[in-house]
Amino acid sequence: MLDVNKTTRVEMDWAGPERLQMNMGPQHPSAHGVFRAILGLQGETVVDVDAVIGYLHRCHEKLSETLTYAQYPSIASKTDYVAAMTSEFAYVMAAEAIGKFEVPRRAQYLRVIVAELQRVASHLLWLGTWCMDMGGALGGGATIFLYCIREREDVLDLFEALVGARLLYGFFQVGGTRYDIPDGWIETCRATIDRIDSRIDEYEQMLESNAFFIARTKGIGVVSRELALDVGISGPLLRGSGVNYDIRRNAPYSSYADFQFKVPVETAGDCFARYRVRMVEFREAISIVRQALDTLPAGPISSRPALKSVAQIRIPKGEAYARVEGPRGEVGSYIISDGSAKPYRMKWRGASFSNLAILPHIIPGHKVADVVAIMGSVDPVFGEVDR
Amino acid sequence: MHPEQARALLASTFGVEVAAGVPMVVSVAPDRWQQLAQYAKDTVGCRFFNFLTAVDWKEQGLEVVARVDNLDDNVALMLKTKLGPGVTTCASMTPVYRGANWMERECFDMFGIHFENHPDLRRILLEDTWEGHPLLKSYAVDTPHPPYR
Repeated sequence: MLDVNKTTRVEMDWAGPERLQMNMGPQHPSAHGVFRAILGLQGETVVDVDAVIGYLHRCHEKLSETLTYAQYPSIASKTDYVAAMTSEFAYVMAAEAIGKFEVPRRAQYLRVIVAELQRVASHLLWLGTWCMDMGGALGGGATIFLYCIREREDVLDLFEALVGARLLYGFFQVGGTRYDIPDGWIETCRATIDRIDSRIDEYEQMLESNAFFIARTKGIGVVSRELALDVGISGPLLRGSGVNYDIRRNAPYSSYADFQFKVPVETAGDCFARYRVRMVEFREAISIVRQALDTLPAGPISSRPALKSVAQIRIPKGEAYARVEGPRGEVGSYIISDGSAKPYRMKWRGASFSNLAILPHIIPGHKVADVVAIMGSVDPVFGEVDR
Repeated sequence: MHPEQARALLASTFGVEVAAGVPMVVSVAPDRWQQLAQYAKDTVGCRFFNFLTAVDWKEQGLEVVARVDNLDDNVALMLKTKLGPGVTTCASMTPVYRGANWMERECFDMFGIHFENHPDLRRILLEDTWEGHPLLKSYAVDTPHPPYR
């Protein structure tokens, strides 16, 4: 039985210098995964952040040492599960670089098409969830989310028609792609991207004419150019901080050299700048898909014989680092081969891991509510952070 | 800075062979590790910190590998240092690159490498009570761990 007279009362001095430790996560909805931020608060203002990650750790790097070059690509998609195509892309490119395997032109085009469709799908999920995180200020918040999910479903339908899976694909394999496009797929794809293209303008209007949206994103979470480079953030975050760098243009891989596209750069470095970069990337991705569909060459989709055993692909001794511009930035795979059917060592450079490392540098000084906006604008996927 | 110019400078300053290519591989002794990082950042202009990791070469010991980029001139450096058999300490890159903080913590977590003067060296992906360092070749994939022992 609780004795009311014996309970002690703790006086909290709200105006004083006392700090409050608050756990945000590991199950906070705005984390989009499992992420725990231990916030040190002074009133409503965050004064320090300790980011705790690793809840989704599966040690992909150890796992890859036990799986062959034929087996691992479909596991690679489980690192960044929101943009599974790009993780597979990086892994097979590293293996191909060591083995000096040719990839047929048709396969190169197909790779670019799926990678860019994946960028559209991934950015749609980011936009929807980010706007929902900022919630009530955006007229209920779920409006944009539902619109974005509706469009993303259409892209996933395309992947389902192509691969049979909607989230984790196994589309890439060393030497080419595993599947060719089915009949009628090109027409469906064109119709889908046309529809998405027209709707992006609508989202932009909805958001940018909303004073709350502007207030919650402009000037919030500013990353300077110098800090961005020093911490090694990449993708839309880097370009939002005024660094004009895109791997697709600066170090073209696959068939990106064949396509015309703009690389958006914003100099403000805040949440709004990162939002603007991604909104332009939507359209550029769609434009690349259109160009690739227009000029899709005929021919084989793989330079390697069909897989009959898991240990069929052997690559010589050597090492290579291959990187692709994923929706979240530089996704890299560093493979060291000892000449067997499995890598001796494989390092994942997850874009989200480096991007998330920026949080302790930019959050202090902001209000708790801004933490949500900043975290959403970083767009971390925890499968890739924890690997 | 042109890649060729960077290659000649690195080779003469550190007295090592630097093979051409993307990325250029620069391998130095552990005692010059931090100096190499500083030189890559200030002189070669590699201000973008890409990643840092390690490789377990079994009886030859651990090797620390880092990649830094000069995004303006497309110069990429793969910096390497072999710690030697049984050695698990290495100079920290954090005074030069702030991005090395989390990467070195991950490296400590996975390989047990102690980075000297790191501001906050503790496990990052695994829990603090974890025993062993999983990416060492001596750590079997099926090593049991509490509470699953």
